Amino acid sequence: MSMINYASREINCKLVYYGPGLGGKTTNLEHVYAKVKPDTRGKLISLATETERTLFFDFLPVDLGTIRGFKTRFHLYTVPGQVYYNASRKLILKGVDGIVFVADSQIERMEANQESMQNLYDNMTEYGYDLTKMPFLIQYNKRDLPNAAPVSALQVALNPGWEVTDAARQHIVPDAMHPGENLIEQVPTGEWIERAPYIEAVAVTGDGVFDTLKAVSKIVLKSLA
Amino acid sequence: MASGATSWSFTQEDFGAITASLEQFLAKTGARCALLVDRAGQLVATVGEQPTFDPTAFATLTAADFSANDQLAKLVGETDFKALFHQGETASMYLADVAHRVILVVIFDNRTTLGLVRLKMKETVEDLNRLFEQVFARAKGQAERPSVLAGADDDIDKLFQ
Repeated sequence: MSMINYASREINCKLVYYGPGLGGKTTNLEHVYAKVKPDTRGKLISLATETERTLFFDFLPVDLGTIRGFKTRFHLYTVPGQVYYNASRKLILKGVDGIVFVADSQIERMEANQESMQNLYDNMTEYGYDLTKMPFLIQYNKRDLPNAAPVSALQVALNPGWEVTDAARQHIVPDAMHPGENLIEQVPTGEWIERAPYIEAVAVTGDGVFDTLKAVSKIVLKSLA
Repeated sequence: MASGATSWSFTQEDFGAITASLEQFLAKTGARCALLVDRAGQLVATVGEQPTFDPTAFATLTAADFSANDQLAKLVGETDFKALFHQGETASMYLADVAHRVILVVIFDNRTTLGLVRLKMKETVEDLNRLFEQVFARAKGQAERPSVLAGADDDIDKLFQ
């Protein structure tokens, strides 16, 4: 639920980092917090357990610049990844403008990723939001680990695509971030499908963290344009 | 099905009317300050003494607090809790729902009483309900009103270069 405040000339948007536990959602926010200029960000708030697992959410507000005299403020949230925190996880999705799904690339976490993705679809549906129609990006994190699954396998498991039924949108849309790949394309069986854009990352070193934030923010702002 | 949450915006005039209502409330009760926060955790307005805390963080936690309490209400068989009260030693907070979309938070100390705050808050919430219903009704009626970002694709691209 983006909010345009004409009085303070601000556009406020809410981004949620979703994904399985221990996947790197909080690490993404911590890296952003550490690297952006202090005058363009607020406090990083973490409601975590004693063992540093996110209990309710982490929160970080960042200013990404000014467009047409309006300051663009993004409120970044993470959700608790652990399965049993679903009640609080769902609350954070309220009023969301864009979603980053932080997937854990390790082969052993494939099932946890899929379970979390299904949980995201379910929670969004309960709010009446359609994930396929809103700014949504997948970050494949932990690409540096030796047991990381190939991106192609992660794509098949987590980002198989959804059918594009609107004839006006049935044309090839190349993936600007991955030359040779398409976001919308026709599959051999004849259907047109659309996949969410994806980015590879190593959040602990910061690789791909800002690329992710910038990419999803851009999609959110364009959805308002 | 909606693609996502609906956006809303308010004008300088809306802001003036909301602020005036809150200023009246503060004058009648002697409360320190009043903040309006939307359900997604964004600060809409602050009236009265400028808070010494981080207002953005405050807004986020307020929305989370209210959402969590909504769920607690459901667990005990209520649809929601219309108001919440947090008692401190010197400062206390009273929170109330406005038009199901916004939360009014009042911070007060021993210069006033909970009874007076609660009493006057009822009138103010009714006033704000009316104001916000108008804002939301207008947003619905003007769904196609061009956003401030309409046609700003190039500007957006430049921002992320």
